[in-house]
Amino acid sequence: MSGFEVIAAGVLSLLQDRGRFGQSALGLTTGGAMDAPSARWANRLLGNDYGAPLIECSVGGLQLRTNTSSYIAVTGAELPLSINGKAAELWTVHKVQPGDVIELGMVSQGLRAYLAASGGFAVTPQFGSVSTVLREGIGGLKGNKLQSGDVLAAQPVNQLPRLSLPLAYRPQFNRVLTLRLVEGYQADSFPVTERQRFYLNSYKVTPQADRMGYKLTGTAIHSQQSQLLSEGICYGAVQIPPDGQPIVLLNDRQTLGGYPKIGSVLSLDCALLAQAVAGTELYFTPISPEQAHNALCLAKVRTDAITSQLVSL
Amino acid sequence: MSKPQYQLTLAGENALILYFDQRIDPAISALVQQACVLIRAELAEDLIDVLPSYASVLVMFNPLRTDHFRVQAQLKHCLANLHNSDSQSGKVVELPVYYSEESGPDLALIAQTKNISIDEVIQRHQAVSYRVYAIGFAPGFAYLGEVDPLLQMPRLATPRAKVPRGAVAIADRQTAIYPAQSPGGWNLIGLCPTRMFNPEQTPVMPVSVGDEVRFVAIDKAEFLRLGGELQGAKL
Repeated sequence: MSGFEVIAAGVLSLLQDRGRFGQSALGLTTGGAMDAPSARWANRLLGNDYGAPLIECSVGGLQLRTNTSSYIAVTGAELPLSINGKAAELWTVHKVQPGDVIELGMVSQGLRAYLAASGGFAVTPQFGSVSTVLREGIGGLKGNKLQSGDVLAAQPVNQLPRLSLPLAYRPQFNRVLTLRLVEGYQADSFPVTERQRFYLNSYKVTPQADRMGYKLTGTAIHSQQSQLLSEGICYGAVQIPPDGQPIVLLNDRQTLGGYPKIGSVLSLDCALLAQAVAGTELYFTPISPEQAHNALCLAKVRTDAITSQLVSL
Repeated sequence: MSKPQYQLTLAGENALILYFDQRIDPAISALVQQACVLIRAELAEDLIDVLPSYASVLVMFNPLRTDHFRVQAQLKHCLANLHNSDSQSGKVVELPVYYSEESGPDLALIAQTKNISIDEVIQRHQAVSYRVYAIGFAPGFAYLGEVDPLLQMPRLATPRAKVPRGAVAIADRQTAIYPAQSPGGWNLIGLCPTRMFNPEQTPVMPVSVGDEVRFVAIDKAEFLRLGGELQGAKL
């Protein structure tokens, strides 16, 4: 089978795509690349469909052996990338030949790197997506994380422009984050003083942060509503359990839950949060749904404009 | 018959949540089902997903195709067709449960809080039949209602990091079976050996929304014979 063989999977490498939608009746979560903008860039640079299957490598340590002619791009977290021991630039298309060894070192800034191959990895979708959700045992190769010996099929590609995203357009995974939040759900059940404390004080990412959600620590805030019927949770929803410490629910979140929620973090900022390590300081700031919509449309227009200006190396 | 009442609330950048009267009631559950059908037809391609629960429907749309204003107007338009109707019930499903302090670490706490014996907690949990009101939180996690008012318990202040597969649990007046090991904040009272979600099987789940579930107590030997596992269930 032509494609790529996993020599070492590293800390946690998962096949992902844009996510699994429309399966909430079975209770299936969405999954998908945690830093979606970085994942989309890896696919954009290669001329793939933006949601083509790729590898999300958390923390680093992934090694692949190529056994086809192809092109790859690695985006997301800052880490050393090498091809046959020779340093290769991130956010850039590289040609690979049969026998080439691709190696991702350990992350120095950010948490998750994305490795895409031209045409995308050919993996059979489960419930409409290849996104791996370990808690569910769904997606990827038999619901598992990548392991040494796994083979990821990919079509041979012999001609592709060697695009690179200019440095100025690559995201910075800064230490202090400001997460824009659309107030919603039970926001009204949090007294104004509680909400002011929520926006004025900083929070820190705890070690209890994974693909399901990021638990934060800081000023406890409390809702006046304690009992709630379980209801649908959208991406980025900020849940406040009785201990008052916020949890930002991300890609592998539970679909329904019964803790009060103050609103939801803008998806563009969820992607930055997903790159944040424990101890990262952050603030929340409220925005209107109109501002959120504007930010999303602007990000799309900007990304399309940058893409159209890219020139081959 | 009066028109069904609802409230539309913002949920996120591309999500609105539709709330009916916030109670566990088969008639409300039927309205939720109706609303899902109407919303799917009205929003069509602009929709990313519709997530029903006991008394709410989360509507997620594609923000690069539409916006909150337009979606709100469309929802109001299509929800004018909601009508109160008799709820229909589905099939009856019996699920075995091994109730014990070994398999249900919160049994003693519930008994103590309610000042009844552990045996009475177990008896009361089995005495009623439950309706499947929603499926979610995790694949195959069916929310069942309603629990005897005497067994009503709040969720844990801090959720457990690890609840085993098959754990039978109570939160408020809801009960459920954890279909896979996961974090969770419900009170655990027993273990069920039946797989609640299996992608290799058809159907994937033994129950669907609208079905009726009855719990039947089994002993440890029967639990193990039915393929139940106590290892990994240690808390």
